[in-house]
Amino acid sequence: MRAGRRLAIGVGLGLGLGGCSGSQSALDAHGAQASALRDLMGLFTVVCGTVWLLVLLALAVAVWRRRASGREPAEPGATSERRLGIVVGVAVALTVLTITGLTFASYRTTRGLTGIADEGVTIRLRGYQWWWEATYQDQAPERVFRTANELRIPVGRPVRVELAGVDVIHSFWVPSLAGKQDIIPGRQNEITLKAERPGIYRGQCAEFCGLQHAHMAFLVIAELPENYEAWRSAQLRAAEPPADPEAARGRDVFLAKSCKACHAIRGTPAGGVLGPDLTHVASRETIAAGLLPTTRGSLAAWVADPQTVKPGSKMPLVPLDADELRAVSAYLASLK
Amino acid sequence: MRALAPAVLAALAFAGCQRETRDFRTDPPVLAALDDVAPLPNRIGGAPPDVYVALGQPYQANAYALSEGKRLYDGMNCKGCHADGGGGTGPALLDGWWRYGPDIVSLYVTLRDGRPRGMPSYADKLNSEQLWQVAAYVQTIGSYRAATAATSRNDQMQSRPSENRGPARAPLTEPPSR
Amino acid sequence: MSAPAILPGELDRGAERAILHRQLERTWATPAGFWGALTTVDHKTIGLRYIVTAFGFLALGGVLALAMRWQLARPESRVLSADLYNQAFTVHGANMMFLFAVPVMEAMAVYLVPLMIGTRNIAFPRLNAFSYWIYLFGGILLWAAFALQIGPDVGWFAYVPLSGPQYSSGKRADIWAQMITFTEIAALAIAVEIVVTVFKQRAPGMSLDRIPLFVWGALVTSFLVMLAMPAIMIASTSLILDRLVGTHFFNPTEGGDVLLWQHLFWFFGHPEVYIIFLPATGMVSSMLPTFARRPVFGYLPLVLSIVAIGILSFGLWVHHMFTTGLPRLGESFFTASSMAIAVPAGVQIFCWLATLWDGRPVWRTPLLFIAAFIVTFVLGGLTGVMVASVPLDLQVHDTYFVVAHFHYVLIGGAVFPLLGAIYYWYPKMTGRMLSERLGRWVVGLIFVGFHLTFFPMHFLGLQGMPRRVYTYQPEMGWGAANLFVSLSSILLAAGFALFFLDVIRSARRGPVAGDNPWDASTLEWATTSPPPPYNFARIPVVTSANPLWSEREALPVVTGLRVDRREIVISSVSDATPQARESSPRDSIWPLVTAVAASVMLIASIFTPWAVVWGAIPVAAALIGWFWPKGLPEDEA
Repeated sequence: MRAGRRLAIGVGLGLGLGGCSGSQSALDAHGAQASALRDLMGLFTVVCGTVWLLVLLALAVAVWRRRASGREPAEPGATSERRLGIVVGVAVALTVLTITGLTFASYRTTRGLTGIADEGVTIRLRGYQWWWEATYQDQAPERVFRTANELRIPVGRPVRVELAGVDVIHSFWVPSLAGKQDIIPGRQNEITLKAERPGIYRGQCAEFCGLQHAHMAFLVIAELPENYEAWRSAQLRAAEPPADPEAARGRDVFLAKSCKACHAIRGTPAGGVLGPDLTHVASRETIAAGLLPTTRGSLAAWVADPQTVKPGSKMPLVPLDADELRAVSAYLASLK
Repeated sequence: MRALAPAVLAALAFAGCQRETRDFRTDPPVLAALDDVAPLPNRIGGAPPDVYVALGQPYQANAYALSEGKRLYDGMNCKGCHADGGGGTGPALLDGWWRYGPDIVSLYVTLRDGRPRGMPSYADKLNSEQLWQVAAYVQTIGSYRAATAATSRNDQMQSRPSENRGPARAPLTEPPSR
Repeated sequence: MSAPAILPGELDRGAERAILHRQLERTWATPAGFWGALTTVDHKTIGLRYIVTAFGFLALGGVLALAMRWQLARPESRVLSADLYNQAFTVHGANMMFLFAVPVMEAMAVYLVPLMIGTRNIAFPRLNAFSYWIYLFGGILLWAAFALQIGPDVGWFAYVPLSGPQYSSGKRADIWAQMITFTEIAALAIAVEIVVTVFKQRAPGMSLDRIPLFVWGALVTSFLVMLAMPAIMIASTSLILDRLVGTHFFNPTEGGDVLLWQHLFWFFGHPEVYIIFLPATGMVSSMLPTFARRPVFGYLPLVLSIVAIGILSFGLWVHHMFTTGLPRLGESFFTASSMAIAVPAGVQIFCWLATLWDGRPVWRTPLLFIAAFIVTFVLGGLTGVMVASVPLDLQVHDTYFVVAHFHYVLIGGAVFPLLGAIYYWYPKMTGRMLSERLGRWVVGLIFVGFHLTFFPMHFLGLQGMPRRVYTYQPEMGWGAANLFVSLSSILLAAGFALFFLDVIRSARRGPVAGDNPWDASTLEWATTSPPPPYNFARIPVVTSANPLWSEREALPVVTGLRVDRREIVISSVSDATPQARESSPRDSIWPLVTAVAASVMLIASIFTPWAVVWGAIPVAAALIGWFWPKGLPEDEA
């Protein structure tokens, strides 16, 4: 079952369609935390299921057992009352024991969750209405960079994600890797991710954050450490100057229009901070927070009419004619 | 009397709808028609486009549109010259003594075409709807109208009373002392 | 003609029944017609009105739920826009919690408690009338706003900053916050009435250990209302201040705190669940003996567990906030307390099972609803144990798992008993029986429809589907389950439609019920169906917990109340020994006038803070009118 799913992910990656899919299920655990949680979930399900079945059984027997007929209300006998008292007492005692057991199982798992060593990669994640901004931290300032809606993490190493609130409350949740943690303005939270195997894990905002709460997804892509390092050094580079004339014209349009008021492309004068950093936008699997796979076509559709693709999104409609739109989408698609 | 009640209810309903509707995407023909302003020859004041009137002046009384205007004011870096209304490189907006007057058409034309002495044109950066939103927001900074709707407040350190604090103040009648 | 007739000003000293009835009718009846409808303070009229209104809101909220299911049936469907969907789920939640569940439970108490404890009217009857009007106006405010597209769109929990002045422009969130004020005023008023009625107006002899269990549930609930509701009123008022006046209670950059909102909200929000659930358990405990044909097993443990749940319910609120990053040690405490509440809940379940086990069940519709309740509620309680665990909650919080969980608890745990209670007490309220044949269909459709609708949501949640999303993408693989859920919801809706049909039809055509069609044991069945305006011609004397079973012939009664003015018996708190005769107020228009004045003030204060100042003047004038001595005989005593 799990192998099948992994195969499906692999096939998805191979087809280049993985951008929009990826595992997003608490039952499909690929991280240390998520596995512990899945096991605890299994324990609770079995125990609670058993209790439920026992209650149903007791109800069924109480209903169908044979007894004297008669409609007159009966005053209960003292012996049967005492016997029932003992049975109910035992049932309550068993309830107490079960509840205590489950509470301790829960405590043990909590201890395990917080015990993960903290080292390696640190990412500062900000939730905006309705996209995610990730800043990869480093001791050296020149090795810090911004990206959006996609986290790449090395397999097998704990990754500390610092959750910083900006506008409203969001919640960071990658069910296949770990439980959720809220992003709250005025507070600092953090969560540790540790992927056990490479893959694409989808996450989604889990706290209602307004109009497009439904379209605030992101991907966590776990890669082998060497691939991760290569990706990281690629991300650190500024954008290449466009090679073909159409893309070059696209860059000029980008800088002339209002795009640069919100978006940054390192290596150009565009330095806006209100929207996602587009320096390597075409290297990401999705645009618009997990809504569309990154292709030139989807980029053009998004720029041409963001309010139809994602009604209420903070990306305004920028007046562009057809030529300008073609050029801008060519330029954006070239930002690998 | 009996005919009046449904009419009043319908009017209330209409007013209510319009004050709180959130239009995320205006149809392109409407967008084009919204640009059809007829300023007076001196480019101060004039008639708003027919569609603007037909829609019931949707931007000045709609809190969401005003808030969008405020967001665009920030995004387009109007603050760079006008600050939070206090002025700087550009003239102040808070005082209500404006070179081209308080009329919404003047504001629209200012934003669309720019003005001499440094005000750039935003025609190629914002579409007509966004220009109307910014114009409506800028009008609230100067408190020229008793506002029926307020923009959202910035939950940052406050340097002046928040915008949605009750009805607007009366317009200034004296020029500010310079 | 041997018994003496009573003259005006005299006490009832064993007058002839017909004369007594005529005198009491003259004293207690509400005048017919429109004016009488506006001025009545009869707890039965008001209770019934409350119940009908609440079920009206249930139907409206149900239609919204169907609209949402239609939208979610297919991925990226555009039946409802994001904006409309957000309004729909907010109004659905707020409506069901504040306009249906809490009011309907309190309304049942308003109707039943005075009858069950053997008194003539509820305490503070005019406050009761005021409460209904305020509730009605608050409900109209919410739905009128929704119809005008000013429906709140920030969730029934209205978390700041999303509902705050920056991110929620316009008046939508204010409508939500002020609707809270309306419903909480209404709820607090009833809570006060119930507590006083139960403590001071019980029939002579009804000591604490003879109080019907539904009354115990209503009593504890009233204390929960009084302790929990102020928290939400403070929260919503602070929100209005932030939004309207420019305060910064919830703005972190100016020293406010975002989490403060969540603490205040859930300090109310969790007891709220038990405010809905405890009366429902009381209904089960009161109905079950009638159909099991024996007194309920474990009266004392049942009372103690109601009280225990009431107390524990104030120690659980943080389990709604496990993902906000609070200190782990604190969270552990709340895990333990959340789990602990399963114990008193379990005690109740075991006692009911024991009652059924030892009894000789008569399978009428109310008992079918009780069986459906036990099956459903236990499952909801057990998923509650799962979400009480911090680590599990980190996965399932704010997913469809939680949606499934709380619908199991609220529909399974409260609405099922409520529907059973309607079938059970409908003959008392209207004098006619509901259809038993339709009743079985209603139980079947609602039970099956409910489980088919909500059980799959557990799996959707575990598969990663968050709550409050207006749509989802096709590649997520949630489409089939959502379609199934949406189709099942039609079945559930059909069950409710059939229920409404039965209720409306039977009001005129149902078979006539006698005084005590189920041969039940509690006092409300000792009077006629529907009860006369004065409830009991003579106040009964209670000698056991099941008075109608222990006194098969005729209940002993007390005499000596005046018949020419409204008088009730005041008794002591623990033993219910009679202490005094007390007059009970007459009909009055002032509660309605006050409610209108208060509503104008509250609604206007959404728009300007000055409304509080100027609006207080008519309210004060109305209150003066309300309390002005009018020379009625009741004013003298």
